[in-house]
Amino acid sequence: MTQILMPALSPTMTEGKLARWLKAEGDAVKAGDVIAEIETDKATMEVEAVDEGTLTKILVPEGTDGVAVNTPIAELNGGAEEAPAAKAEAPKPDAVLDKAPVEKMETAKPAATPVPAQAAAAPEKDWGATKPITVREALRDAMAAEMRADKDVFLMGEEVGQYQGAYKISQGLLDEFGPKRVIDMPITEHGFTGMAVGAAMTGLKPIVEFMTFNFSMQAIDQIVNSAAKTLYMSGGQLGCPIVFRGPNGAASRVAAQHSQCYASWYAHLPGLKVVAPWSAADAKGLLRAAIRDPNPIIFLENEILYGQTFDCPTDEDFILPIGKAKVEREGTDVTLVAFSIMVGMAMQAADELAAQGISAEVINLRTLRPLDIETVVKSVKKTNRLVTLEEGWPYAGIGAEVAMQILENCFDDLDAPPVRVHGLDIPMPYAANLEKLALPRLEQVIEAAKRVTYK
Amino acid sequence: MAETAARVPRGKGASKGANQPSISKEQLTRAYRDMLLIRRFEEKAGQLYGMGLIGGFCHLYIGQEAVVVGMQLCLKPGDEVITSYRDHGHMLATGMEARGVMAELTGRIGGYSKGKGGSMHMFSREKGFYGGHGIVGAQVSLGVGLAFSNWYRGDGAVAVAYFGEGASNQGQVFESLNLAALFKLPCIFVIENNKYGMGTSVERASASRDLSKNGSPWGIPGEQVNGMDVVAVKEAGERAVAHCRAGNGPYLLEMKTYRYRGHSMSDPAKYRTREEVQKMREQNDCIETARKMLLETFDAKEADLKVIDDEVKAIVQDSAEFAQTSPEPDESELWTDVLLESR
Repeated sequence: MTQILMPALSPTMTEGKLARWLKAEGDAVKAGDVIAEIETDKATMEVEAVDEGTLTKILVPEGTDGVAVNTPIAELNGGAEEAPAAKAEAPKPDAVLDKAPVEKMETAKPAATPVPAQAAAAPEKDWGATKPITVREALRDAMAAEMRADKDVFLMGEEVGQYQGAYKISQGLLDEFGPKRVIDMPITEHGFTGMAVGAAMTGLKPIVEFMTFNFSMQAIDQIVNSAAKTLYMSGGQLGCPIVFRGPNGAASRVAAQHSQCYASWYAHLPGLKVVAPWSAADAKGLLRAAIRDPNPIIFLENEILYGQTFDCPTDEDFILPIGKAKVEREGTDVTLVAFSIMVGMAMQAADELAAQGISAEVINLRTLRPLDIETVVKSVKKTNRLVTLEEGWPYAGIGAEVAMQILENCFDDLDAPPVRVHGLDIPMPYAANLEKLALPRLEQVIEAAKRVTYK
Repeated sequence: MAETAARVPRGKGASKGANQPSISKEQLTRAYRDMLLIRRFEEKAGQLYGMGLIGGFCHLYIGQEAVVVGMQLCLKPGDEVITSYRDHGHMLATGMEARGVMAELTGRIGGYSKGKGGSMHMFSREKGFYGGHGIVGAQVSLGVGLAFSNWYRGDGAVAVAYFGEGASNQGQVFESLNLAALFKLPCIFVIENNKYGMGTSVERASASRDLSKNGSPWGIPGEQVNGMDVVAVKEAGERAVAHCRAGNGPYLLEMKTYRYRGHSMSDPAKYRTREEVQKMREQNDCIETARKMLLETFDAKEADLKVIDDEVKAIVQDSAEFAQTSPEPDESELWTDVLLESR
């Protein structure tokens, strides 16, 4: 004899009304036959028999309200010899639902700021001789070096091949590596991003160039739901070694759809690493690390920086660690935290502040996730003051995150509330004067530093 | 049960003689066994869901078994398979263990994803199964990526990307068809047209009456196939695989199939009549058709089939027991598998 239990017909159902019996006592029942109808708050649904046999007894008459899930509603004789093994220990779904969120709260261990293990305060390695190169050259050299070292690495994107790159980052790569490894894509971001993620799941290591990160919005589902989450959803089986790179943020006079910073969008996501280089050395060392990293990486470049020249180590093995910030300039009075192009502005501000007797320490975050908060904490413990810089919007931005983590970690070390310098909370205007006003300006950084130092 | 004569299978372009089955007894026996395993497994999953042991979304494959089982007969080790969230059948057909699949459904550590993926998210690189994806249509682009990988490596493998007729309207699916044709990727697109995308019939969702032509703008050959007949599926699958392996680019198969159960567990089924479902089950059931063919064309004995039935039942029962005795994942699993260690 098998008992037929009141089934759960939806993820949230705990009870329902047994509206109608479609079989009577004594009827023969085949697996799949509809035997009853149940009404929930959402809908009327049919109950199908799972086992074969004869309906010997109806335990809950039709029209009964509030029948709890797992209540025996009828008895079935014969056919199936398999005992309903789970019956006794079946947990009530409501109990399961009630339990989960509480447990999550209790076990959410790194409550404040998980300081990443690799961020142990080792001084940056001295790579010896340098020579001046542009950020553009640094990026290309990084890709070329990694493509030479590993046949599984390839570059794909719009205009990366024959056109030599919309911003000339991939110049010369097609000649060296051929069309199978430098692959021109049609304008079809959603499709080719999914294709690249699928290829990465098999162990290939694609570098996907977005002409700008604005166009990654077409593909963001594949980045978020496929690239970032699959490792977790597969219990660690299926990694996704892929780099998404391209210019991010405002260029110049290209208006709202082409001038957005996606730093906080992507940094929001567990499962991704987000890197934002400033100098040529950052670009080269971090892009090489990104290509070698087994995780999906968002690599946020900046169009205005492409043509800028910096000293970069010439050592063939030069590489930088992801997840480690750099103190670009030491100081004692205020900590300026920046990433990407804003590091340059912070350095300029530090010069001007020095002339006014304020010693500013400049931190180049380099990586936005995982965030090297330890380096920032160390600095703030010294300066007791924090100013964050970013081109993007303030709302739920990187500055907000850095400031909050500082509050969580060293509130008592602060002598003034942190101040954020950021782009205005508006779509980017086209007009030259308005665009200039919408972006962070040097005088705002100086003013912010003075405000937190009460000068 | 209505009469279903053991039919000599036929399909577009079938080249075998009129009375010569295009499938061997051994193949059909395997197909029968695999279809039955999926059917019984899904029935058990439905039962465990009803008991509250499986949570969230649970999309059963009952009715559609011939599609994945027939296709699988055409594939070799090294070929890849990817599908959407109606995926338990694909896992079993690729040879994944029933235990691991069922334990994932119950959210236990013994599940394929250690209980962290659930019904829609299981994978086995070893078996060439790349998921199990919850976003409608996303698996098609990913599947083209699997085919891209075969093309890049030149390993001769073929990727099969399954999707429903509902997903066939997604923009990225068309992007993927173009990309696959553009690079001549060895990708078989299999539309499992079970007539309803959740509660919306294909007629109300697509202006096209013939989805097998969806690849035609890019020159992708397509066929409509009786997806309720495992032999017809196998014949079409072989044409598709041969086309792809020969380096001719992608191929598209529209499988006309039917799901007996709701879209997911909480489906009021008001969009179709009970008679429609019943008629399909009685006249076109893939397992019944295969069974009759085994008995009548291949002289199989009832006793032989009973052995298979018992084997399948035992596997499913064992998986259900395992799925309830395997412990829930340890709390420490919350924090694992977010990122891989950098080298």
